[in-house]
Amino acid sequence: MTEHSWALLSNQAVGAAGVVYFLALIAHLVEWSALRSVVPAGRIGTRADAMVSTPAAAPPGPTGDPLVEEGRQARLETSGSSAANEERGELFGRLGYLLTVIAVAAHLAALVGRGMAADPHRVPWGNMYEFTLSGTFVVAAAYVVLHRRLALAWMAPLVLTFVLVCLMIAVLWLYEPVAQLTEALNSYWLVIHVVSAILATGAFTLGGMTSAVYLIKARTGERESGWLSRVPSLDVLDQVAYRIHSFGFPVWTFAVLITGPIWAHQAWSSYWNWDPKEVWAFITWVVYAGYLHARATAGWRGRNAAILALVGMATLWFNFIGINYFSSTSQHSYAAPAPMGSQSVTR
Amino acid sequence: MNNRTPQRSLTGPEGRVPQFSEGPEGPGQREEPTRRPGELTVRELLRWSWRQLTSMRTALILLLLLALAAVPGSLIPQSGVDSLKASQWQDAHTTLTPIYRKLGLFDVYSTPWFGAIYVLLMVSLVGCIVPRLRVYWRGLRAQPPAAPQQLLRLSDSASYTTEEEPEAVLARARAILRGKRYRIRRGADGDAVSAERGYLREAGNLVFHLSILFVLVGFAMGSLLGYKGGVIVVVGPDAGFTNTPSQYDDLDPGSLFKESRMDPFTFHINDFHVDWLNTGPKAGMAKGFRSQISYCQKTDCSDEKNYDLRVNHPLKIGSTEVFLIGHGYAPVITVRDGQGNVAYSGPTVFLPQDATFFSFGVVKAQAAKPEQIGLQGVFYPTFIMDDKGNPTTLMGNDLNPLISMHVYAGDLNPGGGPQSVYALDTSAAKEVMTPGDPKKALRLDMTPGQTVQLPDGLGSVTFDKVVRWNRVQISQTPGKLIALGGVVLCLIGLLGSLFIRPRRVWVRARRGEGGTLVEVATLDRSGGGDTAAVVRALTQALQEEKK
Ligand code: HEM
Repeated sequence: MTEHSWALLSNQAVGAAGVVYFLALIAHLVEWSALRSVVPAGRIGTRADAMVSTPAAAPPGPTGDPLVEEGRQARLETSGSSAANEERGELFGRLGYLLTVIAVAAHLAALVGRGMAADPHRVPWGNMYEFTLSGTFVVAAAYVVLHRRLALAWMAPLVLTFVLVCLMIAVLWLYEPVAQLTEALNSYWLVIHVVSAILATGAFTLGGMTSAVYLIKARTGERESGWLSRVPSLDVLDQVAYRIHSFGFPVWTFAVLITGPIWAHQAWSSYWNWDPKEVWAFITWVVYAGYLHARATAGWRGRNAAILALVGMATLWFNFIGINYFSSTSQHSYAAPAPMGSQSVTR
Repeated sequence: MNNRTPQRSLTGPEGRVPQFSEGPEGPGQREEPTRRPGELTVRELLRWSWRQLTSMRTALILLLLLALAAVPGSLIPQSGVDSLKASQWQDAHTTLTPIYRKLGLFDVYSTPWFGAIYVLLMVSLVGCIVPRLRVYWRGLRAQPPAAPQQLLRLSDSASYTTEEEPEAVLARARAILRGKRYRIRRGADGDAVSAERGYLREAGNLVFHLSILFVLVGFAMGSLLGYKGGVIVVVGPDAGFTNTPSQYDDLDPGSLFKESRMDPFTFHINDFHVDWLNTGPKAGMAKGFRSQISYCQKTDCSDEKNYDLRVNHPLKIGSTEVFLIGHGYAPVITVRDGQGNVAYSGPTVFLPQDATFFSFGVVKAQAAKPEQIGLQGVFYPTFIMDDKGNPTTLMGNDLNPLISMHVYAGDLNPGGGPQSVYALDTSAAKEVMTPGDPKKALRLDMTPGQTVQLPDGLGSVTFDKVVRWNRVQISQTPGKLIALGGVVLCLIGLLGSLFIRPRRVWVRARRGEGGTLVEVATLDRSGGGDTAAVVRALTQALQEEKK
């Protein structure tokens, strides 16, 4: 295949992924509307006692994870009158998940196509368009992978809406034709650095969504029906958010405090230069350190921790969007003419 | 997990999940009794302040303050990061500048208030870690605590009855737990087995916090003892660089930097090659750069070494590193004065204004007689007229070089002080006009090899050829490996701290009415584990082994 056809393939795959994500979103909306009148039982945090005190009566589920158990429990114990709706909801839920998996595959194809379209082949994050493609891919893929482990079914509409909106922004406003990387970006440290930064960004975004739902649910309280009633209890949300963040934090540490400085040292001669991009990466790191502390501090646990998680996500996205567009002093933004002969580039 | 059962007996005060570090003098995470400071003695007050400073809540607030304090430095141009941008900003905001300068907003990361926050944070960190280290050390050799009376009150617990003897069940429980690398309580444990694992979590947490100190030491060494400097070196055997402070265009030494620690070396650039992109959407951009340089260590040049200096591939000489960070053009210009003598000759560094290498530069022929001659103008690497008839450059490569200069005659340095070589002071000089058109400034548009006579017998200007220059950054960063080692340790500690699940498990077997009643309970002390699954798995294992 020629570079040109790879580029074409990539563009078409992005389109296909967008359409399938959209269909998946519709499927989930149908699912939720079917389930709207169905009151999920066993959703409140009694599961531990219910499940564990009588191990003989309730054999462990396929994964043995309490979060999954809760999800199953919610589905099993619904009132009989709405059985038809329940069945329909279940069906569309599964369909939505299946469509999401397909869309993620197309999304991956789009990324691979982008990388193959450049000569020499390269990693697909040379500009904002590609970074957005990669970042949303991580969010969607992480959702697909963790779907069972962390019982994330309730997250589907959020993830899909987010990914769809980002993809649309990318295609409409950020699109750039495939181009070569300048030499400064041609370093394997950069590959490691950006892979980890994108991974962490994806994880923090998922974690932030969870924390946002936590806050909403904490405000509105337990509901009898509707979407929020399908969302796990506050404790479980807190737990899921913590698990996702505690994956993201070390990865972010690796990205901004290890590989970033190593590469910056190679390219610019100083491993830490208080460049705006670095400053904001540091701010993000400190805020998430604050989040982890908050979860262990009386009076800060729960609500305040969730707020901190959202602040962390805001700094993360500001760094990506704000600094790239508005800062002219950042070496990362390349907004100012650099004598080395540069191009607009995201890191 | 942790906040679901605030009433449970084993959580600490305020229902927080206890740390391994927790002890009678735990790291101040407890709520202090509210007392008015007036009632305290000085000693008590100090103790109270210390407790406050080293409390988890203070650490949290200091962390958030640190994040907040870092913000202005990313929005206001910093002199230490980009001095040109900073001075441009200062010129543009004359009212704000004095205020900002007082607050140190042009150098946020070395202001006292920024320093105060991180010093407080570090003091808090040390004050927090040292007691925890002690507690951890004691805890390391401690026995797992005996089983609480009411095992089934724990949120993650289970029970079953069996025909077996209690001793048999307990023996099996010991074997299973030992197999899972739990530490088992020795000595009197009544009718129960108490076990604990995950001691390394707290170790990981301590390593993480301690390594932050290492990172800071390494970082401080770099910024205090090291230096960073930049110099523009013209390509060719005639130009070169010797590593002494006077040769730098700009030098940014740390406050404890000593000149004697600079590595002695010299180098010159033999050849410089740019790989231009000729096709594709980025055509006209440069793709790769390569500088062939020859350098000698020490000052004697008996064994000259060669190195291909490229972006991302710095040259290391001793403890000094040399980086290629920029390049541009230096037209070779010769100015002859009215008496026919060469008043100026040589490569003149023009500074690129944008990615097309459209560049700006000046020539100061101060030796010219009768009047000094100054030139100021621009350089087009690949000159073309665009569709609207404006001069422009097609790309950065020098396919059709052209300089376009204005001429000044008169005193070029009326103040007599030091001047920038990239700016022409025309306050005491007059612009030379086109002969026959006194309203129109004279403009010299020249291609290489061309010579133009200046009017009024001022002399002549020759554009000989174009050479290139490289901007090279040279730096010494002591402590960088300490900082790196610190961060790597940090990460390892962090992984341990986040993913090792410390937990206690108890199994009690008692003879009851319907046989032996076996109770299993667990407590996850990190608040992140799936304890229900642990209980389930253990209960199953206990029951299965019987069969
Ligand atoms: C330099 C500033 C600090 C940073 C960047 C920082 C960062 C972190 C991070 C990321 C964690 C979560 C990982 C883990 O659970 O081990 C953590 C946990 C912890 N930190 Fe810090 N910390 C700092 C200062 C402090 C101070 C001053 C204290 C003492 C009050 C402290 C006490 C703790 C404790 C007790 C935990 C364990 C919390 C838990 O059990 O989840 N930290 N810290």
